[in-house]
Amino acid sequence: MSLVIQNLTKIYGEQKAINNISFTVQTGEIVGFLGPNGAGKSSTMKIATCYLPPTSGRVLVGGFDVVEQPMLVKQITGYLPEHNPLYLDLYVHEYLAFIGGLYGLRGARLKDRTREMIELCGLTNEQNKRIETLSKGYRQRVGLAQALLHDPKVLILDEPTSGLDPNQLVEIRKLIKDISRDKTVIFSTHIMQEVQALCDRVVVINKGELVADDTLTNLLRRDGKGVTLLAEFEGNVTAQQLSALKGVRQVTVVEGFKFRIATDGEGDLRPEIFRFAADNNLSLIGLKQEESSLENIFRELTAQDPTMP
Amino acid sequence: MLQVLSKEFNSFLNSLIAYVVIGVFLLSMGLLVWVFPETSVLDYGYADMETLFSVGPYVFVFLVPAITMRSFAEEKKAGTMELLFTKPLTDWDILLGKYFASLLLVWFALIPTLVYYYSIYRLGNPVGNIDTAGVMGSYIGLALLAAVFCAVGIFASCITPNQIVAFIVAAFLSFLVFSGFDSLSTLEFWSANALQVKQLGLLFHYESMSRGLIDARDVVYFVSVIFLMLSITKLILGSRQW
Repeated sequence: MSLVIQNLTKIYGEQKAINNISFTVQTGEIVGFLGPNGAGKSSTMKIATCYLPPTSGRVLVGGFDVVEQPMLVKQITGYLPEHNPLYLDLYVHEYLAFIGGLYGLRGARLKDRTREMIELCGLTNEQNKRIETLSKGYRQRVGLAQALLHDPKVLILDEPTSGLDPNQLVEIRKLIKDISRDKTVIFSTHIMQEVQALCDRVVVINKGELVADDTLTNLLRRDGKGVTLLAEFEGNVTAQQLSALKGVRQVTVVEGFKFRIATDGEGDLRPEIFRFAADNNLSLIGLKQEESSLENIFRELTAQDPTMP
Repeated sequence: MLQVLSKEFNSFLNSLIAYVVIGVFLLSMGLLVWVFPETSVLDYGYADMETLFSVGPYVFVFLVPAITMRSFAEEKKAGTMELLFTKPLTDWDILLGKYFASLLLVWFALIPTLVYYYSIYRLGNPVGNIDTAGVMGSYIGLALLAAVFCAVGIFASCITPNQIVAFIVAAFLSFLVFSGFDSLSTLEFWSANALQVKQLGLLFHYESMSRGLIDARDVVYFVSVIFLMLSITKLILGSRQW
């Protein structure tokens, strides 16, 4: 069961929310869906769950078209909406039983699945409480339990870990990882560690445009064309002196005598800088290799304006 | 559809709504039919249930919108519409589930008033001197009237996320379709076509039923109005797909 998005465009009135994006999520894959706020993540997910129609383009969930066969799509999809709407006046078990009923679960099977989900999502002590009395983290779990209840083949989670405390974060991530073995999962998030912990692949969109669709390792490598060093001196030294060194591509002043040195990436430049300091009788008080983290990549990818050439 | 219906009906029973609605309806009807001298059967001296059937619709004008106002408005506000729309349910499943849950509650409120019929039946002189056919016709008329008001109420609830707006719109529209056309027909302006204008309103058909004659034309009229209101509501629900 795969999720295929082909040339999807969504226009709200005058505003183009999604502009001709295409990507595919294969069975068993966990894909992180990233992008700044308002990039079109939620809109894409709403289209994939048949809540909103696409302006143009196609979305196929498990081979079914969201416009032509919405009932079949809905039946195999589990969806956790962005703000996790719940019926606050219902009890947890009652709510899950209602949702299960909507998917056609009946009798013993409905009971079993409800119990399983309550255990899986750690709601055993909360199952006899009204949803309105639960904290944000527990409500999020109820939302997740609801999305998983009918054993969907495709899981679409819109910011599943928002509002959770660090312990719950770890638990929910583990939960997503565990259940996703034979499922197709796409989830949006703003937390980069989460992407690193969960995803096989990352799709990044910015202002409705697809800016990256690659595996995590490739993305991290992509930035590795030049390693960046952070060097701090105590005494008087100029950027020109540093630029003269072999292998240095660019030097920028961070503050005072602290420099960010971009290298051309061939060999480690740190011994070179150390020798430079020793030769000129300077005190080198800091020398660090900057990790090119996913956060930096994210910032780089989404900083550029896609409408500019 | 049944899952939505039972969930909606349960939430009526789990909140105060059901008890307040049934309680207020029965209390007001009890007072009007048996206690207040101006409308009381006992003071009137004739064994009929005219009071229930003439005042009942006006009580419904306020009570039914109170039941239906939350149905869609609340879900819109809480965002749970998205939840329902992404479950394997058609728009009709959602709409009819909510409609019949409200209707069922109103009909439940009506059932205890059958005791009035029995009481008046026994009080008649001679016993049983009551126009049974007329009463039954009126009951069917009132039940259908409640069905129309529910459809109007569901429609009003669908057009706004604000429950108070939904209530006021529903009450106004219900009043308009019930007796508005009747009042309009008295305008000088229509003169020759007054009857046709009158026939557009619910009151004309309701009165014709309360004579004890179930005319297919009246039933068709009620059902058409219900169908029309629900179809418009369906259209509005579907408008997210435009």
